[in-house]
Amino acid sequence: MPHFLRTFFDQTINGLVIGNIYALTAVGLALIFGVGNLINFAHGSVYMIGAYVGWVCVTQLHMPLVATFGVVAVICGLLGMGIERIGLRRLQNSARIAPLLATIGISFVLDQLVQIIFSPNPQSFPNPLPTTRLQIGGVSIGMTDLLIAAIGIGIGIILFLFLRYTKIGWALRATAQDRDAAQQMGVDVNRVNQAAFALAAILGGIAGMLIGLYFNTVYPTMSFQAGLKGFAANLLGGLGNIPGSIIGGLVLGLVESYGVALFGATYRNLFAFVILIAVLVIRPNGLFSRKRQAPPEPLTGTFIANNKPITLPVWGVIALAVIALLLPFFVGDPYFLQILTNAWLLGMVALSVTLVTGTAGQTSLGQAGFLAIGAYASALLTLRLHWPFELALLAAGLITAILGTLLVLPAFRLRAHYVAIATLGIGEIVNQVILNWNGLTNGVMGLTNLPPPTFLGVVAVLPHQIYWYSLILLLLGALFQWQLLRSPLGRTWRAIREDDIAAQAYGINLNRYKALAFAASAFIAGISGAFTGHMYTYINHETFTNTTSILVLTMVILGGMGNMLGAVVGAVALTVLPELFRGMADYRYLFYGLALIMMIRYRPQGLLGSI
Amino acid sequence: MALLEVKNLSRNFAGVLAVDKVSFAVKEGETVSVIGPNGAGKTTLFNLLTGQDQPTEGEIVFEGQSLIGLPADQFASHGIARTFQHGRVFGNLSVLDNVLVGAHARRRAVQSRLPLGGLASELWAALFRPAATKAEEKALRQTAETIIARFGERLTPRLQQPAYSLSYANRRRVEIARALALQPRLLLLDEPTAGMNPTETAEMLAFIRLLKQQGLTILLIEHKLSLVMQLSNHVIVMDNGQKIAEGPPEVIRNDERVIEAYLGRKQRLDQPAANEAATVIV
Repeated sequence: MPHFLRTFFDQTINGLVIGNIYALTAVGLALIFGVGNLINFAHGSVYMIGAYVGWVCVTQLHMPLVATFGVVAVICGLLGMGIERIGLRRLQNSARIAPLLATIGISFVLDQLVQIIFSPNPQSFPNPLPTTRLQIGGVSIGMTDLLIAAIGIGIGIILFLFLRYTKIGWALRATAQDRDAAQQMGVDVNRVNQAAFALAAILGGIAGMLIGLYFNTVYPTMSFQAGLKGFAANLLGGLGNIPGSIIGGLVLGLVESYGVALFGATYRNLFAFVILIAVLVIRPNGLFSRKRQAPPEPLTGTFIANNKPITLPVWGVIALAVIALLLPFFVGDPYFLQILTNAWLLGMVALSVTLVTGTAGQTSLGQAGFLAIGAYASALLTLRLHWPFELALLAAGLITAILGTLLVLPAFRLRAHYVAIATLGIGEIVNQVILNWNGLTNGVMGLTNLPPPTFLGVVAVLPHQIYWYSLILLLLGALFQWQLLRSPLGRTWRAIREDDIAAQAYGINLNRYKALAFAASAFIAGISGAFTGHMYTYINHETFTNTTSILVLTMVILGGMGNMLGAVVGAVALTVLPELFRGMADYRYLFYGLALIMMIRYRPQGLLGSI
Repeated sequence: MALLEVKNLSRNFAGVLAVDKVSFAVKEGETVSVIGPNGAGKTTLFNLLTGQDQPTEGEIVFEGQSLIGLPADQFASHGIARTFQHGRVFGNLSVLDNVLVGAHARRRAVQSRLPLGGLASELWAALFRPAATKAEEKALRQTAETIIARFGERLTPRLQQPAYSLSYANRRRVEIARALALQPRLLLLDEPTAGMNPTETAEMLAFIRLLKQQGLTILLIEHKLSLVMQLSNHVIVMDNGQKIAEGPPEVIRNDERVIEAYLGRKQRLDQPAANEAATVIV
């Protein structure tokens, strides 16, 4: 057999095996979306926990493989029921984005718990299966490949029989078709949801364990990518479509496998996100759906509760700013100033998120992409073109505004929570491009020796200098945003957020104002990212990750959507509080996740109220 | 020449003809009502006439210009304003801001047709507040307050209150005020009195009549037929997506096809059941 043909067959087997795992994950997401209309971001965490439970059973308790699958199924099933309880049931009457954000909070908590219990380091997961490989016509197939294929096919058949011939399966399908009608007919919708979550979690957990066996390793951060890839596969097949998800998973696996063979391993994660965005924009109902458009519902894409916001008079805001400016004269502790500096820089990002998400209603989960663009723009301008820092900083803001807006442009036609997913994907794509565009970004090595921030030629390296510099940038950013919000623009953005169809009926060109919102937001975020890069003096594709995006969104929700003061208060609270309690720094994501869940559940309007 | 001319307008939803070859014309200053049973295609027709939905075929000519293919916001800048059947106020915006959004298309920064020109002038106006922008905003605010004042004590005391805190009837009023802020050439009202009690309905009737007297051209969807009969110059009756009758109110009132469409059976007017039906309609 010629070499290229053998490679082709090997990659096909690889792709189908990995695709099987994606399909298992995607089917779970499809089940949950079907009955609960929820995109479950905690699904990746369940997958990761499944892998860890499997690892404990096999390597620590030396259990046989069959029993291990049983334990994984039971634990993950219970976990799924818990997620339904916290993430969905109490939030059924909130904005559609609320349960989605709650599951993000849950995933933070679960990921951090696993890190605390098992350490953040990867654990080796020796495969208990015999290592013999079957040779069929020159193509070699391992035992694990066969096991994964058998489990994938087996689960497919069981699921089909379950949905078609059992009472709870009927109830599940009825709920997916019409929740209210099912409830009228006496279906206990909460129990159906719980069953769907349990089933989905079992599939996800088994998928995670299989991937642990396949790659012989488990690690806590495997959850996020797995969740997103399962989601991409699910979207490819149609969000609530179970057979579609299976095919979507296999297609994604094959695309990745061939893609890696053609372009190299660092491209692996790019394909899923490109597919994600392409499907969202071109066929939001998936490959197999006849409907071309997403259902036209009157939706609010963001998270605005009717409330009376707490407003501070102008002199109050000025007084707070003056106190912050004078602080270094009274508190000399450099560590404390550093923490506050981080708070100011994240406060800028929170301002930028509250502008698009709070004021204009376009939930952004991709703000880290803007930070990365700003940081790389300024770093390259200073390192390669030797621009002075001040000029590079401003240019970074402008470049981020233009580039960021162009990147988000395809998502303008999306509504509600699809915007959140698209921006998440776009943020990921930015980092993947940075990783792979070696000539420009120095790839995986990142950029080093960024010059420190300067102001009119004076180098700012001491903690209090950096503190003032970042604080002044925050204040300037806030002033810029305040000018925009109190002009007719602010009113126009809020009208789009409240009801885009009515807004358009009154002559508002939606694309123009979404572009303005993203441009202004990216401008502020880009400057913050650029300053942060020069402060660290080193950046790479992992300096600003989706975790940052989600953390900042949590800050905004904590302070109150669209509320500028709230954004800064949220940033200070979530940056400073984990530092105040000694030892809590290690558990910070646990704290962030809990804060997110609690706010969504008990005070959706945020501490200061949404505006 | 008619202000609005609709020719053979159709909308096909995956095989279902929601609007089927509808033609009619509205002259300047007229009030034309569209009536018909639920599901007749009235709201779909409105969506087509305001660009929220695109027709499968047909022509919409407004002041001699074709509007086919334009996005909804362009319909507004041509001077077509609408209200929505179920009410779509901006909940977290104040009453005043809701009405000011209605005046959006009249703002100078919005007029630019170049995509980047529009962006730039909006940004410039927001960041640097030139005197012209301030004066424009002040003038718009005054017009908005005058429009709100036309509803008397219903809305004026609530100028700064968020729209979500208003009663159902008041939200309908805010919607109409918002539409008037556009200074429309054509106003489309989709069931303006839905959910209103008799007093409020009478008030709305007087209000619309006043608008008509001032020369505003109105296209009205309404189920309360006494209102339709009192306001309309002529009435269009729709059923199953088709226009089944058109004419002055007094003719429509006695049209057999109309009675049939409403009651689903053929009855002569001199028979008792049909008399009852006629009472229901009138």
